[in-house]
Amino acid sequence: MRHLLTTTDLPRETVTALLDTAEALKQALLGREVRKLPTLRGRTVVTLFYENSTRTRASFEIAGKWMSADVVNISASGSSVAKGESLRDTALTLAAMGADCVVIRHPASGAAHRLASWVSTHVINAGDGTHQHPTQALLDAATLRERLGTLNGRIVTIVGDVLHSRVARSNIELLITLGARIHLVAPPTLLPWGVQNWGKGPNREERGWPVTVGHDLDTALPGTDAVMMLRVQAERMHGGFFPSAREYSISYGLTEARLRLLPEHAVVLHPGPMLRGMEIAHSVVDSPRAAIAEQVRNGVHVRMAVLYHLLAAQEEQA
Amino acid sequence: MSRPLRLRGIRPYGADDPVDLLLRDGVIAELGTGLDGTGAEVFDGGGLIALPGLVDLHAHLREPGREDAETIATGSAAAALGGYTAVFAMANTDPVADTAVVVEHVYRRGCEIGLVDVHPVGAVTAGLRGERLAELGAMAASAAAVRMFSDDGGCVHDSLLMRRALEYTRGLRGVIAQHAEDPRLTAGAQAHEGEIAARLGLAGWPAAAEESIVARDCLLARDAAAALHVCHVSTAGTVEILRWAKERGIRVSAEVTPHHLLLTDERLAGYDPVNKVNPPLRTAADSAALRAALAEGIVDCVATDHAPHAAQDKDCEWSAARPGVLGLQTALSVVMATMVRPGLLDWRGVARVMSERPARIGGAADQGRPIAVGQPATLVLVDPDATWTVRGAALASLADNTPYEGMELPGRVVATLLRGEITTEDGKVQR
Repeated sequence: MRHLLTTTDLPRETVTALLDTAEALKQALLGREVRKLPTLRGRTVVTLFYENSTRTRASFEIAGKWMSADVVNISASGSSVAKGESLRDTALTLAAMGADCVVIRHPASGAAHRLASWVSTHVINAGDGTHQHPTQALLDAATLRERLGTLNGRIVTIVGDVLHSRVARSNIELLITLGARIHLVAPPTLLPWGVQNWGKGPNREERGWPVTVGHDLDTALPGTDAVMMLRVQAERMHGGFFPSAREYSISYGLTEARLRLLPEHAVVLHPGPMLRGMEIAHSVVDSPRAAIAEQVRNGVHVRMAVLYHLLAAQEEQA
Repeated sequence: MSRPLRLRGIRPYGADDPVDLLLRDGVIAELGTGLDGTGAEVFDGGGLIALPGLVDLHAHLREPGREDAETIATGSAAAALGGYTAVFAMANTDPVADTAVVVEHVYRRGCEIGLVDVHPVGAVTAGLRGERLAELGAMAASAAAVRMFSDDGGCVHDSLLMRRALEYTRGLRGVIAQHAEDPRLTAGAQAHEGEIAARLGLAGWPAAAEESIVARDCLLARDAAAALHVCHVSTAGTVEILRWAKERGIRVSAEVTPHHLLLTDERLAGYDPVNKVNPPLRTAADSAALRAALAEGIVDCVATDHAPHAAQDKDCEWSAARPGVLGLQTALSVVMATMVRPGLLDWRGVARVMSERPARIGGAADQGRPIAVGQPATLVLVDPDATWTVRGAALASLADNTPYEGMELPGRVVATLLRGEITTEDGKVQR
């Protein structure tokens, strides 16, 4: 694996290997006083963030540091980026400085793909526009695997703004690869064009279970093994996609009453940051069904695994 | 005038039997076999196909304003090398071609360079701002004699303003060329609204944004008894609306670009902005419908929408890139690949869609004329059996944003003649 740009074309074996590595790293670090592995000593990882982010950036930084990599953080504000330097020139500059891996978050869909075409360093997509956020999907898969044992045949219900969600796109592709069935619940205004074909491969052969779509959360919940709540961004609330925040919350919010509709074993996920009271009720976040803190914890291990597979494992093969 | 020129062994419109053409004083003086060409320079055609010189209703020559991407000189060279003898230069320059001064400047530069007839297109609205009409009459009365008006790049979306523009240009014997795009439906749009863009997270440009404007404008043209030309038709739905309008005698014409005939949104994967155009590349079903409509005549002609862009405006992330591709030097080959080779058009048909119809729509009286005695010797000679590999860096345009990079295309322009003068021969400009 040279880059991690999207979950769309990740083979099942690769996903499983990444999740197994993340699990092994988690076990290796469990209960250790000094959480530092020498694996990436002397390697430089640059996080290049064109959007504000707390958790993803911190998660990558911790992942790199626990593996002894040198981690450099660059953000769009207060750098040459703000002075109007092109993405390409920034990328070439970082490569010339000897970065081994660039972790990029950018508001333009495809920015990570473009970056990978310009530089020879490894590229990790940490979120590109409304396209993909592969490590989020991997950490969600890791969390679901822990809670449910397997994803094969499990029904995962994704709720909310699928149209603008890179989290949803990454998860739909990845979870299908792992054998899950995806059910989407959203108002029709927030669903991507042709999403019902996403369970099918590029040539329309069945790749897994076809994605199903509904608009009623109450009927979807009893049959679901996991429910993933998507954030509703403020700009969407005023974009005319639905009449009001209140109506959205009533129709698509995960309330305590709705939590009771879920089967006993079902898991509640949220990629964060959450709007408590909007798409998810305060008490639901803190219920034992919610795996939100586990998601964050697994995020570090999954990102360690990705860095390992990109930077270390490849060297061993060479 | 220079020495007469005898074209030997030429096949007009791809006819089976070659003939000779004797060109004198800019016109076809004689046509037949065994002509007495004493004293004439001889050009050995060796069975090349002759068509009337190609006419492009839609090119962006970028001068004035973006001379780093293209100039009237380099654009004229690209046009002549592509077999063109007339080019309509779009108005979205800087300053905008919305006054007699600017259109006369463009026209005069075209004349000075002399490789193709450069017809400036006038802006419909002042500054392309869509607020009030530009001085259409002054541009029509200028030395440039503007007959085609367009806000291309943007749409005249205000219904009342569009109605007034159509009515007013009827009095000028002009035509409004509409870039059909409802801006409310395409806010932030990056690619054809379909499954591929949805997966790639690129905001969709819905077909309805084009089709609704085309339908509206056909009704406005009907009521104004005015001439409407639809730029770069890109959807199967627009074809159906055009059919409806033409059946009712509405004065509407339409063009399709070579890239919409050949390329589809399958190109989006990888996010290379060389494939970013406006309107966007659409589905295979759309391009099939466009090919059929061009063959049938529902879509009248091919226009390149030649849109050079400096490297920094393409070598960036998709959403930051400017839309548009080079088209002048590849158009004929793409039409061969998509229309002639599959049997949808013969060479008469190519002459119709790339020369005769566009000349009539744009009001270029001495272009797109028959290959016959007494007619202007404005011709392109084509080797239909040759193939070539497209290299952006080797094209005459200053920019190199071709979506056909590395593709092998059929057909080669061997020579282009403008009123008896050879403008390009064997891929080289002759003056």
